Amino acid sequence: MTDLTHPVVWFYIPVTITWICFLISVGSPDRFIDYDWLWLLFRSMSPYFWSAMGVALAVGMSILGAAWGIFITGSSLVGAAIRVPRITSKNLISIIFCEATAIYGVIVAIILQTKIDIATPTDGMYDKWAMASGYSIFGAGVTCGFANLVCGMCVGIVGSSCALSDAQNSTLFVKILVVEIFGSALGLFGVIIGIIMSGGVKWKEE
Amino acid sequence: MYGFEMMSFNIKDGFLEAIVRGHRSGLLTVADYNNLSQCETLDDIKMNLTSTDYGAYLANEASPIYTANIVEKCTQKLVNDWNYMRTQADENLAAFMDYCTYGHMIDNVVLIVTGTLHERDVQELLDKCHPLGMFDSIATLAVAQNMRELYRLVLVDTPLAPYFSENLTHEDLDEMNIEIMRNTLYKAYLDDFASFCQKLGGTTAEIMGDMLAFETDRRALNITLNSIGTELTREDRKKLYSNFGLLYPHGQNELAAAEDFDQIRSAMEKVPAYSALFGKLGYGESQMLDKLLYEEEVKKCVDCFEQQFHYGVFYAYMKLREQEIRNVMWISECVAQDQKGRISDGIVYTF
Repeated sequence: MTDLTHPVVWFYIPVTITWICFLISVGSPDRFIDYDWLWLLFRSMSPYFWSAMGVALAVGMSILGAAWGIFITGSSLVGAAIRVPRITSKNLISIIFCEATAIYGVIVAIILQTKIDIATPTDGMYDKWAMASGYSIFGAGVTCGFANLVCGMCVGIVGSSCALSDAQNSTLFVKILVVEIFGSALGLFGVIIGIIMSGGVKWKEE
Repeated sequence: MYGFEMMSFNIKDGFLEAIVRGHRSGLLTVADYNNLSQCETLDDIKMNLTSTDYGAYLANEASPIYTANIVEKCTQKLVNDWNYMRTQADENLAAFMDYCTYGHMIDNVVLIVTGTLHERDVQELLDKCHPLGMFDSIATLAVAQNMRELYRLVLVDTPLAPYFSENLTHEDLDEMNIEIMRNTLYKAYLDDFASFCQKLGGTTAEIMGDMLAFETDRRALNITLNSIGTELTREDRKKLYSNFGLLYPHGQNELAAAEDFDQIRSAMEKVPAYSALFGKLGYGESQMLDKLLYEEEVKKCVDCFEQQFHYGVFYAYMKLREQEIRNVMWISECVAQDQKGRISDGIVYTF
């Protein structure tokens, strides 16, 4: 590999080295990697941090995916429509499919944030139910966010090809639309799993 | 990374790719060529062309129309389309589109130098230059007496400067040396273009690599054919072949040693891609070779449009338009000289 600007050299290797240095250096000097100290570090992290991150990732990554898809489709659509103006109205469906992934993210974020509740630490550590809830909401948010990110990109790329093919031959539109419909189902999977994961949160022992 | 360019290609180049695909849908089809073949006069041709993409360019031409006018207007359309896209192109695409036009620049330089040798008027020569290959100081080419002056006065400021090497600057300009100069420049240009495309990577590198390999092999074939029986030595001939392509390096060694058409044929047939081409040729014929090579080029260009998110479509569009202009010129000449039976011999159908 002669390319010295490759991400492996400048991102992955530095991050790995930093991470290893961190693990070795924290905690008691008696041990090489002090797992007890690390667990204590984790136990002191507020579940609010995790749940807030989950909500943020749910909406942020979904909208990133939707925006990505819209610009991919939109630039091809605008260019092709100069010559063949009839394609604009039908191909807005591709844009709408991309937009739907953003809406999924917003819905999941709203649902997740209604599940956030009060949790107070005792001795600097949180109750295990509270921690579990924080982690669930985080996981639900990440699932939904990443699923919608890739779904948005997928629908966008297929939508771009759909616009260009429709401009050449109008019988191709409906056929490629079927591919797009399957693509947009991916985002829906993320939403479903997110909602199931966050369904069982409870913040204290009842 | 192969495949991941789909995600970022449209940021800079999506709009222009859609525009070039729109232009491609306006290329003349078999039905259009059939209509043109049935015209009786050049005015009929003009009328038929006004219902195609060339309409806006030919509609206002005055009535005694000549082949040269038709070809000039059609070329004008290509130039306008190309400039429209070039002015909006962002970085890598702009460099790529410039590379596509350097071939015409080389042809223009050689045209003016040859014309000056034969003492033609500079203005008349400038009118004959291809508009896609013009650069600012092109008229001063007429002043140079030998290669060194040519380079020092004019070419050092143009994009062609890196293609002149040391061994080119010593000879004086005469017929033979000009052809060698043209082919040496073209070899350096193709090598440079190919390495640029490889640096771009991804689908562009793959598709352009294939198309440029064909272009360079075709030039090697033509150089060999034209230099049989001349005083060009084998080593000189070998220096004119590019450093890539399907014939590099073993096919080129054999071509350099070839002395007649059959030896050329046996050298080319060792490459599977070209043996099919030579199979269609029949034994001993070399007249059809040009047409077969054009057909192969058109087929490669049309296949280029099958993939999305790469720059090869711009190069392919330029080549297809040029072939179309050659076709229209052939048809117009056949009609003007009342030789309509020969029309199908000379045109290459795009689709």
